[in-house]
Amino acid sequence: MTWEYSSAPEGAQVALRESYGLFIDGNFVEPSDDATFATLNPANEQVLAEVATAGERDIDLAVAAARRAYEGAWGATRPADRAKYLYRIARLIQERARELAVLETLDNGKPIRESRDVDVPLAAAHFFYYAGWADKLAYAGFGPDPRPLGVAGQVIPWNFPLLMAAWKLAPALAAGNTCVLKPAETTPLTALRLAEIIQQAELPPGVVNVLTGAGATGAGLVAHPGVDKIAFTGSTEVGKAIQRATAGTGKHLTLELGGKAANIVFDDAPLDEAIEGIVNGIYFNQGEVCCAGSRLLVEESIADEVIAKLKTRLARLRLGDPLDKNTDIGAINSAAQLDKIRELASAGEAEGAERWSPPCTLPERGYWFPPTVFTGVAPAHRIAREEIFGPVLSVLTFRTPQEAVAKANNTTYGLSAGVWTEKGSRILWMAARLRAGVVWANTFNRFDPTSPFGGYRESGFGREGGRHGLGAYLDG
Amino acid sequence: MIDDALVADLTRSETSLRRFLLELPGVDQVGAEERARSLATRSIKAASKVWAIKTAISMVDLTTLEGADTPGKVASLCQKARRPDPGDDGVPPVAAVCVYPDLVGTAKRELAGSAVAVAAVATAFPSGRAAVEVKLADVASALDQGADEIDMVIDRAAFLAGRFGLVLDEIRAVREACGPVRLKVILETGELATYDNVRRASWLAMLGGADFIKTSTGKIVPAATLPVALVMLEAVRDFAVATGAEIGVKVAGGVRSTKDAIRYLVVVNETAGETWLDPAHFRFGASGLLNDLLMQHAKQRTGAYVGPDDFSLE
Repeated sequence: MTWEYSSAPEGAQVALRESYGLFIDGNFVEPSDDATFATLNPANEQVLAEVATAGERDIDLAVAAARRAYEGAWGATRPADRAKYLYRIARLIQERARELAVLETLDNGKPIRESRDVDVPLAAAHFFYYAGWADKLAYAGFGPDPRPLGVAGQVIPWNFPLLMAAWKLAPALAAGNTCVLKPAETTPLTALRLAEIIQQAELPPGVVNVLTGAGATGAGLVAHPGVDKIAFTGSTEVGKAIQRATAGTGKHLTLELGGKAANIVFDDAPLDEAIEGIVNGIYFNQGEVCCAGSRLLVEESIADEVIAKLKTRLARLRLGDPLDKNTDIGAINSAAQLDKIRELASAGEAEGAERWSPPCTLPERGYWFPPTVFTGVAPAHRIAREEIFGPVLSVLTFRTPQEAVAKANNTTYGLSAGVWTEKGSRILWMAARLRAGVVWANTFNRFDPTSPFGGYRESGFGREGGRHGLGAYLDG
Repeated sequence: MIDDALVADLTRSETSLRRFLLELPGVDQVGAEERARSLATRSIKAASKVWAIKTAISMVDLTTLEGADTPGKVASLCQKARRPDPGDDGVPPVAAVCVYPDLVGTAKRELAGSAVAVAAVATAFPSGRAAVEVKLADVASALDQGADEIDMVIDRAAFLAGRFGLVLDEIRAVREACGPVRLKVILETGELATYDNVRRASWLAMLGGADFIKTSTGKIVPAATLPVALVMLEAVRDFAVATGAEIGVKVAGGVRSTKDAIRYLVVVNETAGETWLDPAHFRFGASGLLNDLLMQHAKQRTGAYVGPDDFSLE
């Protein structure tokens, strides 16, 4: 007997305008040179809306508005009142949660289950968390009277559009900075909706500005002399360019870049939960996660059993309409990203690794890639070294804890790692030796606003979340 | 089909049994509960919901296990079991009626000619605190009256004291007494407390010859929970891979609403697989659940909600 779940589309309708302007100084305005670009639904390639491209003049206006607000209304706002604004934003995100979740799924391609249960609740949680810090900064560990930095330019990626906006804005505002936020070209809609919420929350004009556009807009913001701080989340390549551009300018900088995380499974691991952790580690958000557990390091003695269980589990993943509440795997965000995933997966095959995907039908329109596992992967293969940023897992084996650490650390990145074992002492031993900003034990891809997140080496520097996250926006 | 050699090897001595059970992979509590929570968010609508409700009805072991049970009460329950919704021919009968051994005869008479089985709880249910001879006599009495299925309880005291061999021997003795009669082994997971214990007890029961492993007596809180069912379904799935035998799972106690029942079916479907989606592989031990299933079934069929008084109370 087969039990096919009937389609269960999320019912909430979201009103979309045909075109969106820039959010500068508290108002939505037309861009100065009328340039626009289209944002697509990656699940069916249909245009969702036309969005303004911010040019140099718009960047000037936004930075100037942020400066005025910093030196004026926002600077004069008492810390406890800053907290009230942040609480208000958090509550409005919760009130408009379904709308934001649907919009995120439409623009990004991620399953509604994830935008509803992860992205939007976590975005609200970040505002709630940092609201609490606004009037307690003297106790955050950055000296008795830490000062804000000024105007923060924040450039965010397309994989968690609303959540990354929250990660950037909440600590910056709590610390007393003003912001110019540049959402990713392919996913501007929830940031613009957040701008509406910021209007609704009656923040003083200019405290938050949102500039949409592509790489040139981001580069213009980074280079702008009126910006005191740059915070960037995205690729290592762009991160390096930003570091070059800001070198010698005196601008404060934090970077959250790529990763090639190892998810390490020992023979005494809680196996069924480890399988879930592997799946969540690499197939959550179609693997478009900088801290994704893209390298599975499994102890050789249990490798066959783990791979067999993993394949059984993957056969149950449901790929399809991201708005269906039962969908586990949605669409890849863009044609360019899909090309990159395909190219690396082909390289994996060409280099001799064994490729496997569960039987699944990909929709005809849109950008889709099936969940994929490579076994027999050698450390030298490209799929073991380069960030794929897609639903592609490379399986390697190890024999001893020392070998696991050596292989896990054998990467230019250092963002996250996972350890699966029932032995507490081994978790601590591993965590002390893994070169990763975040080490998860018997879980993976778990996020919480109270916990600092960030990497080192080519994964960047600076922390977001927790008390530490305030450090990126304070001059202690 | 069952890999008897494997079972014989694992159970050849107390030491080998103990080593095997203690070396089963651990269950991470946070992870197991997270997985169950995640499966509970599946949204079952339209045709898939109607199918789920009908399937759930056919999986109900309609249960009454009270000191106050009388032949009259059991008789009315049996009528309900045969034809849960007299107004709707599309509603299947339930799987079984579950009673104490002394009422098996009554239930058999009332259910004569129907496909509904009579299950009896035995072995000094619910505590299991009696000498093994007494437990076997209890089983024999239920079988004498024609019970089609026996729901036994394991000796939780022996299990928690680490005397796995004793628990196994008792299950085997009951298994032998039952012959071809379907044997459900109640783990009473609420008293085992940890998921590791649930997994070990599940394997122990399966190695002892259980046809079904069952969560609870219904007399202890917590009874069935979604994560416990998940761990047990993982055990039957792994047992099937190891031995080829398909062992059933019965959740009992605390499943009251259609929504709950559908969540269990989702966990069944996505853990053990669709083979387990029939009454030979999965059961609900319940009483109040049936009327809620009937109400929701009528709602799906007619589009209108009916009230609780539109269905009989037994």
